[in-house]
Amino acid sequence: MEKTYKIEVDCANCAEKMQEAAKMTEGVADATVSFMTLKMKVVFEEGADEKAVMKKVLKACRKVEPDCEIEI
Amino acid sequence: MSKKQKKVLFRIILSAVLFIIISIFRPEGYFELLYLMPYFIIGYDILRKAVLGVAHGEVFDENFLMSVATVGAIGLREFSESVAVMLFYQIGELFQSYAVGKSRKSITALMDIRPDYANIEKDGKLVQVSPEEVKTGDTIVVCAGEKIPLDGVVIDGFSTINTSALTGESIPRDVNVGDDIISGCVNMTGLIKIRTTKEFGESTVNKILDLVENSSMKKSRSENFISKFARVYTPAVCYGAVALAILPPLIRMFFMNTEPMWSDWIARAFTFLVISCPCALVISIPLSFFGGIGAASKCGILVKGSNYLEALSEAGYIVFDKTGTLTEGVFRVKNVYAKENAVVMQDIAAAQGSVGKENNTAIQGSVDREGNVTTQSIDIRERVLEIAALAESYSPHPISSSLREACAAEIDQSRVSQVEEIAGHGVTALIDGKKAAVGNAKLMDKFGIAYEECKETGTVVYVALEGEYLGCILISDVIKADAKEAIKSLKKAGIKKAVMLTGDNEAAAGEVSEELGLDEFHAELLPADKVDCVEKLLNEKPSKSKLIFVGDGINDAPVLTRADIGIAMGAMGSDAAIEAADVVLMDDDPQKIALAIKISHKCLRIVYQNIVFALAVKAVCLVLGAFGIANMWIAIFADVGVMVLAVINATRALSVKK
Repeated sequence: MEKTYKIEVDCANCAEKMQEAAKMTEGVADATVSFMTLKMKVVFEEGADEKAVMKKVLKACRKVEPDCEIEI
Repeated sequence: MSKKQKKVLFRIILSAVLFIIISIFRPEGYFELLYLMPYFIIGYDILRKAVLGVAHGEVFDENFLMSVATVGAIGLREFSESVAVMLFYQIGELFQSYAVGKSRKSITALMDIRPDYANIEKDGKLVQVSPEEVKTGDTIVVCAGEKIPLDGVVIDGFSTINTSALTGESIPRDVNVGDDIISGCVNMTGLIKIRTTKEFGESTVNKILDLVENSSMKKSRSENFISKFARVYTPAVCYGAVALAILPPLIRMFFMNTEPMWSDWIARAFTFLVISCPCALVISIPLSFFGGIGAASKCGILVKGSNYLEALSEAGYIVFDKTGTLTEGVFRVKNVYAKENAVVMQDIAAAQGSVGKENNTAIQGSVDREGNVTTQSIDIRERVLEIAALAESYSPHPISSSLREACAAEIDQSRVSQVEEIAGHGVTALIDGKKAAVGNAKLMDKFGIAYEECKETGTVVYVALEGEYLGCILISDVIKADAKEAIKSLKKAGIKKAVMLTGDNEAAAGEVSEELGLDEFHAELLPADKVDCVEKLLNEKPSKSKLIFVGDGINDAPVLTRADIGIAMGAMGSDAAIEAADVVLMDDDPQKIALAIKISHKCLRIVYQNIVFALAVKAVCLVLGAFGIANMWIAIFADVGVMVLAVINATRALSVKK
């Protein structure tokens, strides 16, 4: 399962940090953030509930960048 | 400017005006606290983020650094400097976000091919609906000046369409009833009705947009290097700053017995912290790649990822699958040779007597023009061609269609059964109940059929019926007009070895190879042999130079995947090719390959310039900061100024010289 989400973030380094935070989240197999297109591609682990996982991803991202937004 | 940016701009102006007014009055004593007003107006969000960051364990981010630096300055009673630093930092940030937004926009504008609506006729009126709602088989209407929203076939009207957004080709194309039309083009002159053949999700325009938008997800080595570097660099500088604040004063105190000068060293440490942000690098590298990909797509070259753009710049070997890349891929039957007095032939002629009559007159006509052939042999030649065309009637291969085109008789597929394709050999089939074998020399050998070898160059199709050799058909392909020039410019762009692979015979391949000035060719290959050939070249080449494989996207998916960079040509509308290749050329101009390499060279040059420039400026400023020569202003230049310059440099990747 793979999905792309729109994100909002101000600086490139913060986007990098969001990517790392998303990768570390439980249920996420892999994540890529493109600062240029303001998009986050998330590959979910087998059988993961994407909505619940994305909530966790957003929480983790807020930790590293309080101002960021993910359109879930 | 976005809403967020406008708000920041307003705060900057407000705070700057207050700051100037307060500075004019030069307050003293407790009145100096007035400076806190502009300070909080400009810096409250940064202070808030810094506190949140610390609470979340993210200590060393920019916000924290700026907060510590300015609060530190306030602690040292340098109020005006503290406000100025915060103000300048915000101006820099605003400028950066504006510049990035601008280049983001100009790149997406290049790819502004997304149709907003489709016109559907309802009760005699045109209704605009979203392209997603249109189903396959629906009829849509496209007026002059509108974008074609979905792939389809023209069923009414004629017009001229502009394909430049997809192919980079500026010459418009005429379309008439029955022509296939591809979404993303612009209808220029007339009103046309289109019956859609694909849903929006499957349409060319959506595929391309997906591909380009996802391209920045596949990151290049340089990008990965930078993010790894940033992860080490920022903490390293921060620890360096802590060491700078503590160690020298302690050394001065205990070992040199001089005054520790705490405030001086702490100020230097703050300078250090401000310089530490790796943003200039982290932003300008992906921006350069994104610009390069945008520039390429403007020319009809779709690059599927930054990693491929990077690899293109290291290309040393190029392998062409001949048909459709170097040659037109349009085959024409040049000649037909028939064996006299074939036994099976007479049977057929007798059995088909009535069917053939009408056709015979047509054949006769063409004979008269040629003049010197007897009616008898022409009849047999036409039979040979007919058998070949029938046997190949189910194949989409260009050779098969050339056979069908050349065959004067109507092709009635009901006469054909049990078609079996033998890859790299040809086909066998039952035609009117008789076993036909149509293919190359290998096929004849396989069935042990004695044949007369044809010595002319070109692709030779041998035809046999019931195990008896009937004759052969000579087919040749035309070399593309700009193929020779393309090879030349590839060599100029740094390609060391150009190789051609083909299933054709040795003589035909050699002729093409010589004419184009290729370094090597391999002929008479089966599709599987092509993978082996590429495999061999991959082993033989130096590890640093990359191998490009260029194919027309038909039947070469395995090779496209195996090569370092797979390029599919003339892929407009071909899903399989878009899927398998790393780089997709929308039209079939071989010159575009050299152009793609040139774009990648330019892009990589900008990337390296930025890496070196940013690192050098930061290193110099860090050293100057450590020795107390660089003040906070220089530090902010090293952070924000370098970033802005790097961003401006990165946007150069957008423009292409043709």
